[in-house]
Amino acid sequence: MNKDREIEVGYIARVEGQGSLEIRVSSGKIEELRFDIFEPPKFFEAFLVGRHCSEVHELTSRICGICPVPHQITALRAVENALGIHVSEQTKDLRKLMNYGCHIQSHILNLYFLAAPDYLGYESIFPMVKGHLATVKRALRLKKLGNDMIELIGARAIHPTSAVVSGFTKIPEKEEMELMRKRLVEAKQDAHDTVDFVSSWKMPDFSRKSEHVALSTSREFAINEGLLVSTEGMRIEEDKYREYIRESQVDYSWAKHSRIVGRGSFLVGPLARVNLNWDRLSHDAKKLAMEISFEVPNFNPFMAHLARALEVVNAIDDCIKIIDRVSLREEDRSYEVRSGTGFAVTEAPRGILYHSYEIGSDGCVKKADIVTPTAQNARNIENDLRELVPSMADLTDEEATLRCEMLVRAYDPCISCSVHYVNLDRVRP
Amino acid sequence: MADKLKIAVFKMTGCAGCQMEFLRLEEELPFLLEIAEIRYFVMAKRENLRGPYDVSFVEGSVSTPRELEELRELRKQSRIVVAFGDCACHGCVPSILNWVPPDIASKIVYEDYEAIHSRKESYQKICPLDEFVPVDIHLRGCPPHKDTILEVLRSTALDAKPFLRRHPVCVECKLRENVCILTFEKKACMGPVTAAGCGAICPTADRECEGCYGPMSDANSSSLAQQFLKIGLTREDVARKFRKYAGISQAFAPEANAR
Repeated sequence: MNKDREIEVGYIARVEGQGSLEIRVSSGKIEELRFDIFEPPKFFEAFLVGRHCSEVHELTSRICGICPVPHQITALRAVENALGIHVSEQTKDLRKLMNYGCHIQSHILNLYFLAAPDYLGYESIFPMVKGHLATVKRALRLKKLGNDMIELIGARAIHPTSAVVSGFTKIPEKEEMELMRKRLVEAKQDAHDTVDFVSSWKMPDFSRKSEHVALSTSREFAINEGLLVSTEGMRIEEDKYREYIRESQVDYSWAKHSRIVGRGSFLVGPLARVNLNWDRLSHDAKKLAMEISFEVPNFNPFMAHLARALEVVNAIDDCIKIIDRVSLREEDRSYEVRSGTGFAVTEAPRGILYHSYEIGSDGCVKKADIVTPTAQNARNIENDLRELVPSMADLTDEEATLRCEMLVRAYDPCISCSVHYVNLDRVRP
Repeated sequence: MADKLKIAVFKMTGCAGCQMEFLRLEEELPFLLEIAEIRYFVMAKRENLRGPYDVSFVEGSVSTPRELEELRELRKQSRIVVAFGDCACHGCVPSILNWVPPDIASKIVYEDYEAIHSRKESYQKICPLDEFVPVDIHLRGCPPHKDTILEVLRSTALDAKPFLRRHPVCVECKLRENVCILTFEKKACMGPVTAAGCGAICPTADRECEGCYGPMSDANSSSLAQQFLKIGLTREDVARKFRKYAGISQAFAPEANAR
């Protein structure tokens, strides 16, 4: 590309939070490239200090209104690990249902509300109500299904309230679960149609091999716990996260950038999960993937949308499986408060989420450390853009700008999440 | 049908949960679009239009000069400004920051805070909207239940005052026929001082209310704090309870500040 070009998006639309893009190309060379997060920092790690371990999940839920559920589950697991609490299989299953509910609503929001308008030539989903009412209604049905699942298990869709340290204050009724199962079975068609819908989009032909990182277990599709694995052979326990993944501060953004020690930027999220957990996808999800010739590993970041659609199918299948096996008994939730340090990694809709807490003998937080998916992806987004921009020489400035935005939206960044970073070594007084 | 209602949705320092609750108007959305035009909503739209707006929903609190400028501008362009959710009404969970000395907070979170701060300003303090501009409607809750969002839209369309409850959660709890968990189980329930609107979700799920709708009108916080001490909470426990969703509100501040 032998021309000068400036791409500036002051406030990126159809993503969560306040971020901008600034790209300057001069004589075909990228002079400046910034995915800038101007969303103000909220200093969660600072004000969590001194709060009681029983309320940490309730507070971290407020980091993000799109993925409050994984913020709760990660905080709960990290606190439980610090206190030496082992939760029941029932609690694990109910938490999985709740997180899957969150993945479904968040993925549907990204696919239909945030991304689809780009591929269908609209500025938002709202005018699509006229020409694509059936599609919009399908989106609304699926989104409601995810939200209702969270509400059924957690008592409220956004910032659930019944999930607490060592279990749930209220267990859903059997009849309610049966009704949910019925709705899940009915929703399968909508989920299949979603895969068809997304596979009809003309995704840019762009591929860049970067390291993909996700949770994985041998038993089933991992969302709430597992080993941290990567396409470059990383295989570590969650408490080793900080030994392998480090951040650095960049002066133009409130979000820090993550790197794998000795390697570089990496990608987390649906594409990484599908690439690394292909064998654990449900039968139907795999079958649909093969029908649309989706092959793994796939290193086209735009294809995250397709991975997202396949994950919706997988989530519904897994939820049905869990409902069929879960017991619904009142359980003893008592536990002893003690001092300790705990770590946990879970899969938020946008990728792995890390929390760790040091709890004092009074049960209050002494140190908190949170790393969100979007902060982990931030540098990878910039590295993708660095390769994408020179490949768009034949596009007009307007088309090129839109394509850069589309790349950002494929990562489904959650900017509110990303603005809490911490270097703990410096804080001890 | 007269002109469509012109709606705007803005985000300041918040978690997007209130905007998500707005988008949880799933069954209602097609009908809503018949009576309303969503002119500004960056999380959902690429073409965002300037005012005037009939009603602006503003999520989040003010924590940077940029946000303050945006707030003052949108106030000029809006007939009705809605403080949309707890952050906008009383600072919510992020307002706990106001009790952390700023230099400690920034050092905990950023290794070299000055390097960013020289380019991007943050007050490191959380302020509700009505510290800066007149607010017409306070839509409480973390998040405000979508039915209350509908109530604001409906009343604005009819040019009426919205019916938003300021009685305590206890009223809703009684309507759900719950046994009082404060009286009978000695759980530290914030229900008696918290504005209704959620439908008493937490006591119904057999746990104490945490006060996420902020203070009811005429809340007797000191009496409830005394009650908490009686059932075994420490003074620090009580301060934490009040210093969570609305610690900077007039009604909760005395207990949130007590030592």
